[in-house]
Amino acid sequence: MSENPNNWPLWEVFIQSKRGLDHKHVGSLHAADAQMAIENARDVYTRRQEGQSIWVVPAVAISASQPDDAAMLFDPADDKTYRHPTFYQMPEGAKFI
Amino acid sequence: MTQQEALFAYCLRRGDDNLILSHRLSEWCGHGPQLEEDIALTNRALDLIGQARNYLQYAGTVEGKQRSEDDLAYLRAERQFMNVKLVEMPNGDYAHTIARCFLYDAWHLPLQQALMNSDDEQLAAIAAKAVKEITYQLKTSGDWMIRFGDGTEESHRRAQAALDELWTYTGELFETDEVDAVLVKAGIVPEMGPIKAAFDAKVDAVLNEATLKRPADGFMMTGGRQGKHSEHLGFMLAEMQYLQRAYPGATW
Repeated sequence: MSENPNNWPLWEVFIQSKRGLDHKHVGSLHAADAQMAIENARDVYTRRQEGQSIWVVPAVAISASQPDDAAMLFDPADDKTYRHPTFYQMPEGAKFI
Repeated sequence: MTQQEALFAYCLRRGDDNLILSHRLSEWCGHGPQLEEDIALTNRALDLIGQARNYLQYAGTVEGKQRSEDDLAYLRAERQFMNVKLVEMPNGDYAHTIARCFLYDAWHLPLQQALMNSDDEQLAAIAAKAVKEITYQLKTSGDWMIRFGDGTEESHRRAQAALDELWTYTGELFETDEVDAVLVKAGIVPEMGPIKAAFDAKVDAVLNEATLKRPADGFMMTGGRQGKHSEHLGFMLAEMQYLQRAYPGATW
């Protein structure tokens, strides 16, 4: 994961800003283990009241799609606007759709 | 000694402990062993300076001579600072810095928890705000002691050396004198006995898990509470107070 064996592993940090909302990716940091990663995330990413819950995930545990595959994966959705729910009549009084 | 004089002295002691330790920790800013640790230590320094401000503001009010928190922080001389010597010691290596924080936190938390029950409303309010910060500080400094002690041979050696050197500075934390006696009697500050018991229990638990040896209680340093400091404080104040001494009343 790292060229220098003395470097701590990388962790990805997710912060939940309010109860009920999702945890959002905010960045990454280095830490020796999960406990230290949570403490470091508290100090690096929640100094300005950004959150009330923290998740940390080892960066190596994340599998990502390849940028080279982007055309194959995502472009076919471009001309399929019928998949958006914009062709429906909104029921009277409905919010948050 | 009147109750007002005692309360003023007590607030200076609490304020100066936090202010001087905060300044020492701020010396790490930009030099931390990892970016994350650098920010964590700076956060800790900022928490401490917030607590120092509360005490020095209140000290100024109690004294009633129109001295502000800045006057007290920047315009007093070395012999007028009432902090323990523990907090003015140079930082040393990272194990040394953390061991000092741990010993301070292990005393600071039970003290502030007890102060939440003070009959003095202002002291109780200051303590209630500080306790959450100190709870986290003690958690992280304790975690680091365990990492160092139970880590590599080198980290264990450095942590033990730091403890051995700093231990003689812990006696001062539990000293009591007329200031404490007057305020304990008035229900304003707690007895030191239970604070010492909580300190001992916490230190024993963490050092045990860290496989570190608790140094024996022997000779203990003293004098800080009477303004008699080590050679290190003067140099620190020269830097800390330079701006207000060179440009009196400067603000930004």
